[in-house]
Order: sequence, then structure tokens, then C-alpha cells
Amino acid sequence: MSRQSVAKAHQKIQELSWEPAYHEPVSQYGTDYTFRKAKKKDPLKQVLRSYFPMQEEKDHRVYGAEDGAIRGNMFRQVQERWLEWQKLFLSIIPLPEISAARAMPLLFRTVPNPELHNGQAIQMIDEVRHSTIQQNLKRLYMNNYIDPAGFNSSLRNFQNDYCGTIGRQFAEGFITGDAITAASIYLTIVAETAFTNTLFVAMPAEAAANGDYLLPTVFHSVQSDESRHISNGYATLLMALSDEGNHQLLARDLRYAWWTNHRVVDAAIGTFIEYGTKDRRKDRESYAEMWRRWIYDDYYRSYLVPLEKYGLEIPHDLIEESWNQIWHKGYVHEVAQFFATGWLANYWRIDPMTDEDFEWFEHKYPGWYDKYGKWWENYSRLSVPNGHNPIALEDVDYVYPHRCWTCMVPCLVREDMVTDKVEGQWRTYCHEACRWTDVEAFRPTYQGRSTPNMGQLIGSREWETLYHGWNWADIVSDMGFVRDDGNTLVAQPHLDLDPKKMWTLDHLRRCPPLQSPNVVLNEMTDEERAVFQADYNAQGPAGRPAGAAS
Amino acid sequence: MTTTQERSVPKPAFTDAEAGAREFPDSNARKFNYFVPAKRKQSHYEDVTVEVQPDPRHYLAQGWLYGFSDGKGGYPLEWTVLKAWGSDRPAPVRGPGSGGQGYEWPAHGWHEFRDPNEEWELTLYRYNANVVRQLNQNIEAAKRAKAFEQWSTNWVQFVAQHVGAWMHVNHGLGLYLFANANRRAPTNMHNNAISVNSMHKIRSAQDLALYNLTLSEEIDGFDGTAHVEAWNSDPVWQGVRDTAERLTAIDDWCEAIFAANVVFEPLVGELFRSNLVQQAAPSNGDFVTPTLVGAEEFDYAERDLRYTKPMFQLLIDDREFAEHNTRILQQWLETWVPRCVAAARTMQPLWSQPDAKPPRFEDSFDHAKNRFRGILSDLGLRVPKELDQ
Repeated sequence: MSRQSVAKAHQKIQELSWEPAYHEPVSQYGTDYTFRKAKKKDPLKQVLRSYFPMQEEKDHRVYGAEDGAIRGNMFRQVQERWLEWQKLFLSIIPLPEISAARAMPLLFRTVPNPELHNGQAIQMIDEVRHSTIQQNLKRLYMNNYIDPAGFNSSLRNFQNDYCGTIGRQFAEGFITGDAITAASIYLTIVAETAFTNTLFVAMPAEAAANGDYLLPTVFHSVQSDESRHISNGYATLLMALSDEGNHQLLARDLRYAWWTNHRVVDAAIGTFIEYGTKDRRKDRESYAEMWRRWIYDDYYRSYLVPLEKYGLEIPHDLIEESWNQIWHKGYVHEVAQFFATGWLANYWRIDPMTDEDFEWFEHKYPGWYDKYGKWWENYSRLSVPNGHNPIALEDVDYVYPHRCWTCMVPCLVREDMVTDKVEGQWRTYCHEACRWTDVEAFRPTYQGRSTPNMGQLIGSREWETLYHGWNWADIVSDMGFVRDDGNTLVAQPHLDLDPKKMWTLDHLRRCPPLQSPNVVLNEMTDEERAVFQADYNAQGPAGRPAGAAS
Repeated sequence: MTTTQERSVPKPAFTDAEAGAREFPDSNARKFNYFVPAKRKQSHYEDVTVEVQPDPRHYLAQGWLYGFSDGKGGYPLEWTVLKAWGSDRPAPVRGPGSGGQGYEWPAHGWHEFRDPNEEWELTLYRYNANVVRQLNQNIEAAKRAKAFEQWSTNWVQFVAQHVGAWMHVNHGLGLYLFANANRRAPTNMHNNAISVNSMHKIRSAQDLALYNLTLSEEIDGFDGTAHVEAWNSDPVWQGVRDTAERLTAIDDWCEAIFAANVVFEPLVGELFRSNLVQQAAPSNGDFVTPTLVGAEEFDYAERDLRYTKPMFQLLIDDREFAEHNTRILQQWLETWVPRCVAAARTMQPLWSQPDAKPPRFEDSFDHAKNRFRGILSDLGLRVPKELDQ
């Protein structure tokens, strides 16, 4: 950087923008928000003359650490339990990152403030950085970790798999629909400002505790860019708030964005941190404790609540309900249990829990063992093939759940499941908030107000539908989750790499076919469906059949 | 007496989880296996780029999940009228028992594009950091050598007004054409290359702006706002401005990249930079401005044009749509060449403004036209008759 002060340099580059005199730039994305032209300052105050060398210096540190990790044989002390979950996480995260880059143009024409566009362009290239630096980390893991399966097929897996599909919402929501809903409220105000704290700060800390110091190296470097992006979102939010006509839409979008992020991010990151770690020190923070600190205190109380006086309607009820889900309703434990139930449809290995794990869970979440302990003992008992089926197809006091049409995480807190008939199809939702998102928020009219730019939930949102009536061996083959001997599964319900103890297509061939819960639901009569729902709502915790839980 | 409490820290454990510790199925399968590399061996660039942006035509079993209000999700192929082989095949329809198979990778020809610059984060930051470092050093050296004192009043004014005016072209195209287009293309390879192109433009705009700031501080009487006036109302810039704004108004992302990098840049950009500023500056005592303009020239000639040519070459040579694509590209040439020729000609008075004159405008423009003909020849496109009007 020259000796010119940053403030002076930044002031100078404001001279670059100009109002069109002959032709307006193309307008390709719509919004139902309205913005008055406002002299909102670019909060980033970033000039490329200093930005590029700064990022290069950050790269030097990241790549130096990566070299050091390999030379220092880091993988001799990496916990496999931890790194296996990175096969899922690192298959998901490069897409949200690059989608954030692609989202920035949605704001150029909809937010009429050229000064903010400078910050959005820098965010765009930051996100290219994040996506490729994370792909590179995955490549390093693939090359140096004992089991490359799942890393080597990562992006195909992610795109085929139901877990990847859940994660994909944390990407596609940024780039489609109403431009402000997508690229500002969902992406920067909620995903980046609230949930990158657990993604990029809390989770890497857990990685370090499991012998992996490259995840913190890469993701803390990424997080140092996120703070700039948070400023981008804040500036746009203040502009939106200055027009009262936007308040109804802001309230809608905060509810949707908050709840979907909670459902998706807490499901994944909560599972990684609680079930992917070997660090069972009693004084290490649980995910619930981290969530309370990073999201409830730092985001909700310190960031969102002060905006209330400017007219922002904050979804207090959903924030409290998210905490209720995590703390009282075992949301993270239910998700981890489901991931482990469905291990055979995945592309990573899931380590059984041990007595030490049980003790830690009981300490952090009193009552955990009564709900989940027996099931995890069964998981351990059934982990090595020995004439039985995978746990999902054995009688272990667990009912395979229906999938939520909106967030696509299964309806795991059974009492909360609701149904609705939408566009001629019966759909299940994990919670009333997800039903509201599909049935009320993502519609061209909202509370009587025309919202022609609001997006749509599309796609084949129940994974099981695609494989209704299929044999499990054919399902796993179709998805490509098979190792290079053509028979051994990528996924395993244990960490033992002895080929004799690994599950194969042959083991799955004898399993009963998969039934799609949604297809079955739509075949029921009204009476049968009413009985089904009453029974479903009476189930649990931990998916226990109704009547067996007491 | 003080007691030391044992700190609570994670305990490292020997796990022997490094590559090669055991033999088992897949233990040596250490390559990404979901795409076919362009060459025999997968490149690092491909590993960090290919397939990050999904496509329902091959692996995306459940399809796009979020759509615009018209129900379209992801990256619709019809966002350009150009087509790559396989473009007309519909995305697989899913339903009960359909399975998740798509077409065999790559499913269509768009996925065959590779950026010859192999840009990803490591390369783009290294490259641009080197550029800004070198430019800073050049400017610092010039300040110490009091190099700006050699400039004539006329040249000072030329740099303030006209070299300064060019920053607006870069800024406008960088943001509203290139950054905008990074949302539009159907593969990650296209969109990453386009986003890097965008940063070249925005960086070079800022390079010129901050240079302008330095000159305001170093040269008495240097008018640091003259570039704004020139851009807003000097007739010599209005043709360029009209064309630049029209470029940002293009809806079709391929047309935008083609019109900007294949037509506008050689006929207007290089004409101004290489055939005016670079030629006039030395004889007017200025050895600093050419270093900035030269950096931008390198961005275009050695990076941005370098990816643009193979991007369109694939479409021109496409096994299914070569004729369709070539016909449309020729139409775009017929549209954009006259606009850019007109813009170039409105700049003609600039050639007579410096004390030490550059080569004649017509000679400079011939040079630019020849360069443009060479690009079209490389691509196998016909030179439109409008070039000689």
C-alpha cells in the first residue's frame, strides 16, 4: 500500500461510479422490496491495492501451514472419527461459498447504491477464494488421510445424496427468488452473520482438538473475510429498514431465513461437533453451549435486538424455539441418530459411540442416555456385518422418519410434525415453521400483499421417492457410493478398515426394498392418514414407536 | 503457597491415520473421480474448480431446490442463445422409482471448457498482488525521481482528463458486465474465469483512480476531478460511454463477454491504451503512466482474451451446434463492430492533443483493426464488412 491513507484512497475510488446517461444496465433479478437512493457508505472501505497483497499474505500463512502439516505427519494424530465427517462437510461447503459469489450480482440493480457495489464485488471474489481454498483442503485430505473414499468422489456424492441435498439449501437459497430475500437477508444477514460463527469458528476449534489443525487454518482465514461480508449485509439491511413498506417483507424473510438456517446448519454442525469428536473433556463446550454463546448472545441479543428500534420485527418466538429444539427436544441428537441410522446411504464412516462418549453426553445433556443410549449400543452391536441387516432395517425401537418437504431434514421431533396438502400432494413438515415457509412465505401473495418476485421451492424434495421400491444394493450403486473393488461400500458404520469387517453390496442385496414415506403417505385414505399422523406425533424421543417410550 | 491447577487441554493421540498405513478397497484411489480431465492428468486447477457448480443433467439427482418466481432454478442454459452439444437434451425427470441417474458426465459441451489461465484463488491473488506491488513501486520511484516535473502542462491535462476518463470504462464493465455475468454461465469454470476478469477490470479502474490521487498530490495544478467532467460531458468520450453503457445492458451473458472481449477491447480498449497512451506518453516525458496502462494491457491480452478465445472456440467448433453458434456470433459482430468503430472514431480528437504526437489516428486504428482481424481469424469468424465503414 502506498502512503496514501486508506480513507483517502477509499474516498477517491468513489469517483469511479457513474449514473448511466444512455443505457441502463441490464435488470435480470426482481425484488418486492423498495429502496430509495440513499447515501449509505460502503462499510468495507476496501481498496484493491491493499486487498490483493493482504489476501496473498493470508494465503502464504494457509499454504505454509498445509506444507507444515504434511511434513509434520499431522495425519498420524488426526482422529478418523472427526475426519470422516469432513467428507460430508467439505463436500457441501464449496457450493455455498461459490453461490455467495454468484449472488452478488442480484444486488447490483436492486440496491441502488453504487458505493455498496464495490463491497459486493470484493465479496464476490472473496467467495471464489473460499470455494477453491476449501476444495484444495479437501484435496489435501484425500491425498494424505488414510481413507480417501468419499473425498475422492466428493462432488458427485454431494449432489446425489440426501444429506448433500439438505446442505444444498445453504447455497441455492442465496442465488434465486427475490433478490433481497436471497442475497441479502438469507445470505448475509442470517447465514453469514449468525451461522458462520458455528461453522467457521466453533467447528474448527473442535477440529484442532481432534488433531486436525488445517481446518482451523483454512476456515479462520475464511472467517476473516466474513466479517467484511457481514458489514455488506448490515448496510443493505439499514437501507431496507428506512422504507416502512419493506418491514413486512423483512419480517417474513427473517423468519424463513432464521428457521431454515437453524434446521440445516444446526443439524449438520451440531452433529459434527457432538458426534464427530473424541475430545470428551467435561469442561469443553457442548454445541448447545457454543450455540448459546455465538448465536443467541452474540447474534440475537447483540446484533438483532438493537435493530428492533428501527422497526425490524424479530422472530423472537422462532429463536427461542430453536433453542428449545436444541436444548429440550434433542434436535442435534435426533439428527445424529438419523445420520447413523441411514449410514448405508452416505459416503463416510460413522464411528459408534463408546462408554466415554455416553458419560460426556449424560454430563452435558442430562437424560441423554435414557433417550439415546440403548440405540447407540445397538448401533455398535450391529456395526460389523454378521448375518444381520444394517441398523435401519433391524428392530431397534426406531421408526424411520418422514422427510420435511421444506428443510428436507427428516421430521425427527415427532410431536412437531405437521402435514398439509399442497398442489395436490400431501407433504410432511418437521415443524409448523417449515409448513409456513412452503405454504405461505414462498408464494406470489403474502398476507394479502402481492409478492411476484418471491421464489419457489422446487425439485424432487423427498430423496426416498427416487428409490421407492428399489433394493438397497441398487440404490447405493446408482449413487456411486462403492469403493474401487466394485463391491465394498464407501460408507461404514464403524472405523475398522479390515476388508473382512466392511459392508458390501452383497450384504445390502438381501435387505428389503426402500419404501418412500411420502409415496406411502399419498396412498393413504384420509382416515388412514389421520391415524398415521396421530401415531407419528405420539412417537419419540429417539424415534421410538408410539407407546414404547414411556 | 500457590497451587497450579492443571490446564484443561485436548490430549493428542497417535492414530496412524495417514495415507498408506493400511491396504483396503479405495486405499490408493487418491484422485477426484467424478470428472474427466481435459488432458491426461487432472490439473490442480480442475480439482478445485470442476463440478463445484452442479448440473441436473448429470449428478444432481433431486434437481435444483430453489427457483426464481418463474420456477427456474440454478443456471438455465437458455440464459444465452449459444448452445453446446447436448444443450437440447432435457434435464432428467424424477419420480417414484426413477433413480438418480443423469446423462454420462459431462452431459453437455459446456463442461468441456477449461480456463487456460487456470485461475483459482492462489493464482488470482498472486497475480494481482504482484501487479499492485509493482505499480506502487513504479509510482514511488517516479515520485522520488521527481519524474512528474518533466511533464508538459498539456500532458498533465491529458492524463488528468483522458487517461482518467478510462477508469470509468473499467469500473462500469468490471461491475455491471463481468461481475454481473458471473451469475449467468452454466459451469464453475466459466463463472470463475469471468469473476477473475471482473477483478482485473475493477483493479485497473482503481489503479487509475489512485494514480490520479497521487498526481493530485504531486503535481501543482493537476485537476483530480477533470476525469469526471471528461466522462460526463466531453464529446470525445460520449461514443465510448454510450457503447460501454450499452454493453452493460446486454442480457445474454455470452453476448456480453463476446462483445466486450472480442470486439470492444481490441477496437476501443487497445486502441486507446496501446495505440494512444502508450505511444504518446514516452515522447511527452512520461514513463510512469505506461506502466499502469501496460498492466491493464497485460490483463486483457494475456489473461482475459486468453480465456475468452477457447471459451468461444469450443462453441464455434461444437460438434452439434457449430453452425448455429457461428451464425449468431457473426450477427453479434455485425451489431457490435459498427458501435465500437463509431466509439473509436469519436475518440479521434484525442490524438491531436498531446504536444508530442502519437502515430496518426488512422494508422493507430488500422493497427487495432488488424489486431481484431487476427482474433477473428484465430476463432475462424468472418470479418464483418462494418469494420471498414
